[in-house]
Amino acid sequence: MKTISRRGLVAVATALGLSLGASAHAADIDSIHFLIPGGAGGGWDGTARGTGEALTKAGIVGQASYENMSGGGGGKAIAHLIEIADKADDTLMVNSTPIVIRSLQKVFPQSFRDLTPVAGTIGDYAALVVGKDSQIQDFAGLAEAFKSDPTKVSIGGGSVAGSMDHIVAAMIMKSAGGTPTDVKYVPYDAGGKAMAGLLSGEIMALSTGFGEAIDLAKQDQVRILCVTAPKRLDIAADVPTCDEAGAPGAEFVNWRGFFGPPGLSAEKREAYQAAFAKMYDTPEWEAVRTRNGWVDIYNPGDDFTAFLEKQEQEIGGLMKELGFL
Amino acid sequence: MLDGILVGLSTAASPLNILMVAVGCFAGTFIGMLPGLGPISAIALMIPITYGFDPATGLILMAGVYYGAIFGGSTSSILINAPGVAGTVATAFDGYPLAKQGHAGKALAIAAYSSFSGGTIAAIFLLIAAPSLAVVSLAFQSTDYFALMVLGLTAVAAFAGRGKVLKALLMTVLGLMLSTVGTDQTLGMQRFTFGMLDLIDGISFLLLAMATFALSEALMSVLKPKTAADIQREKEANANLGSMKLSSAEVKDIAPVVGRSSILGFLVGVLPGAGATIASFLAYGMEQRLAGPDKGKEFGKGSIRGLAAPETANNAACSGSFVPLLTLGIPGSGTTAIMLGALISYGIQPGPRLFVENPEVFWSVIISMYLGNVILLVLNLPLIPYIARVLALPHTVLVPLILFFSLIGVYFVSFNTFDIQLMVIFAIAAVVLRLLDMPMAPMLLGFILGGMMEENLRRALIINNDSWSFLWERPLTLSILVIAALVLVAPMISPLIGRSLAGRREDAGEGG
Repeated sequence: MKTISRRGLVAVATALGLSLGASAHAADIDSIHFLIPGGAGGGWDGTARGTGEALTKAGIVGQASYENMSGGGGGKAIAHLIEIADKADDTLMVNSTPIVIRSLQKVFPQSFRDLTPVAGTIGDYAALVVGKDSQIQDFAGLAEAFKSDPTKVSIGGGSVAGSMDHIVAAMIMKSAGGTPTDVKYVPYDAGGKAMAGLLSGEIMALSTGFGEAIDLAKQDQVRILCVTAPKRLDIAADVPTCDEAGAPGAEFVNWRGFFGPPGLSAEKREAYQAAFAKMYDTPEWEAVRTRNGWVDIYNPGDDFTAFLEKQEQEIGGLMKELGFL
Repeated sequence: MLDGILVGLSTAASPLNILMVAVGCFAGTFIGMLPGLGPISAIALMIPITYGFDPATGLILMAGVYYGAIFGGSTSSILINAPGVAGTVATAFDGYPLAKQGHAGKALAIAAYSSFSGGTIAAIFLLIAAPSLAVVSLAFQSTDYFALMVLGLTAVAAFAGRGKVLKALLMTVLGLMLSTVGTDQTLGMQRFTFGMLDLIDGISFLLLAMATFALSEALMSVLKPKTAADIQREKEANANLGSMKLSSAEVKDIAPVVGRSSILGFLVGVLPGAGATIASFLAYGMEQRLAGPDKGKEFGKGSIRGLAAPETANNAACSGSFVPLLTLGIPGSGTTAIMLGALISYGIQPGPRLFVENPEVFWSVIISMYLGNVILLVLNLPLIPYIARVLALPHTVLVPLILFFSLIGVYFVSFNTFDIQLMVIFAIAAVVLRLLDMPMAPMLLGFILGGMMEENLRRALIINNDSWSFLWERPLTLSILVIAALVLVAPMISPLIGRSLAGRREDAGEGG
């Protein structure tokens, strides 16, 4: 009984998808099922739904469906994708830098190697910011204060110690010639609360995403000391990169991208990559991208895997140094 | 500023925006009524609809959904002891006993009037002071939040009736202990997860509340077969279930409660680190103290003051949370974080200049709140007699319904079947504890406040390089802690003072 009804549903859904696809023009991919390792309204959720929206509206994908599966810092969804691998070649899971960090921390036993990395699609650089009334004028000032007495320089972030915001702060201070373990990192449970902490004056600086920082900088609430991009960004040309501001080599990008189940066929993987590549030039994607303030970072296939390996190595080394591994 | 308010008024009064207030309030109330689904789910559902709108309209709709959900959340708290939103847990403390005594209609009416008053009074505060209140939002640091949580914890005393002090404290400790399960928010260490992936994110508050309140209540009603006298009494009680009549004495009784709770709730809501849940507990605790020894004893057993206080405060706090959102661009809760994301996607950056640069957005949202609260009242009052009838359903229908909605509500938040198993375990444990006459409310209080208390304390310690001196060196922290100490000690001392005062008065009388 159960199988019949389910089969019936699939038939209806397929028919619907086909008719929709046919009415516009033939879609490159019939359907994608997005697996979202977090709840509704989070960053992963927005990325999957925004990408799905652009892909379907541009007619590249016939239809997109979404499934939220939170738990275990994303580990639940990873385990699920591996479990259903042989019948899930239409499923893509969204993830981001934390999959590297949490797997290093052994939050979950798997890593990106247990999945099929399809492509990194968007990203956000990190930034160090201070309140607009802060005595710290630039990154050199912060680095100097840190080197003279690190116990007086509290740097906050919207995640627990040992996670992304902390690692970025430690990496920048290390590049600036300081001792990374001396970073006095103050964790908050959300980015908004960390920003409130900065503005209330209880912390000296904040390690956060550039996208979040630029919005508040535009309102003259914060000053961005440096951004972890390889070169200055067009939307904030007066903000120096950390590299030029006195932390040579301090580059970091928090990527978001998509993973297929383990053993995904090369053919299917290439089809997804082609779909993403095509998506970037569509007005539908442009609308979604500007709405969310995302930065395009297309990083497909083997390049993506190589990037993940490099990031894992860099972050892993720093985490060992910080005593988190 | 007056110009801005006028622009806002004309924006808010456009037919489309009025329609959106109504749609938002209706959708919010409905979703809020379903146990488990709160404002976050409601707003997340609404976001795709708002894309095509202009920013003011979109925000008006989302705000309507937000306070509508808080408004509607009280219904399931009162009727079936299933708080749909964390902010309405305290509503169940007295709302549910009232409903059980056959005053469901009255309890729902009080909740509606209180929510309306809280929301409206808070909207007035917003209108006259929103831009200048940003300072208040930033006045609190981690040390002050820690002190505020300690003050909140003193509300436990409200449940520590005669001979129950030890039990209330035990349950508070249990709640504090449960709050430590999961990844600790400071160092990222896993605590008491027993290597289980599903426990890494800790125990969800909603899950615990639904299991220990709604599920255990339903199970208890099955366990305790009714005597003929019970059935007779229930029949009488059910006869005027839908009656919403309030005597003028009762109105007089709750009016000052509503006034005080509005102010308290609004101020707590303005703080980005607190919110509606804390506001409702603080108001509940405060009113229990202010009610005096006689009326204070009724709290937890169906006191109308105990119902009005949290219901007013949570709605006032919900409006108050728009202060940090709009004037600083800082979201204090998951719900306002989603709204912030939506605003930014419209190309609008909330912050100190929002009310200058986009007065139509800033003021129209605030003005729409007046209308929204009226709509909520008009929408809800006529429905109350019908909604209250739910309780007249035979037990064989009502209990399975409660079980179904509670389980499904929690499942729909996480889509994780483990949560259902955990809920059943907690519900059974809660039944055992209740058979031992242990109160459940202090456990929830300890659970909510414990996590935040620990987090803020540890953050304060990191910032102050492990020195505890902030406890007495920061005036705001010290003041709140002193109030907390007074609240705890006062009831022990006041009879003594009262006696000596009375004694003196007698002396004076004799002398005169």
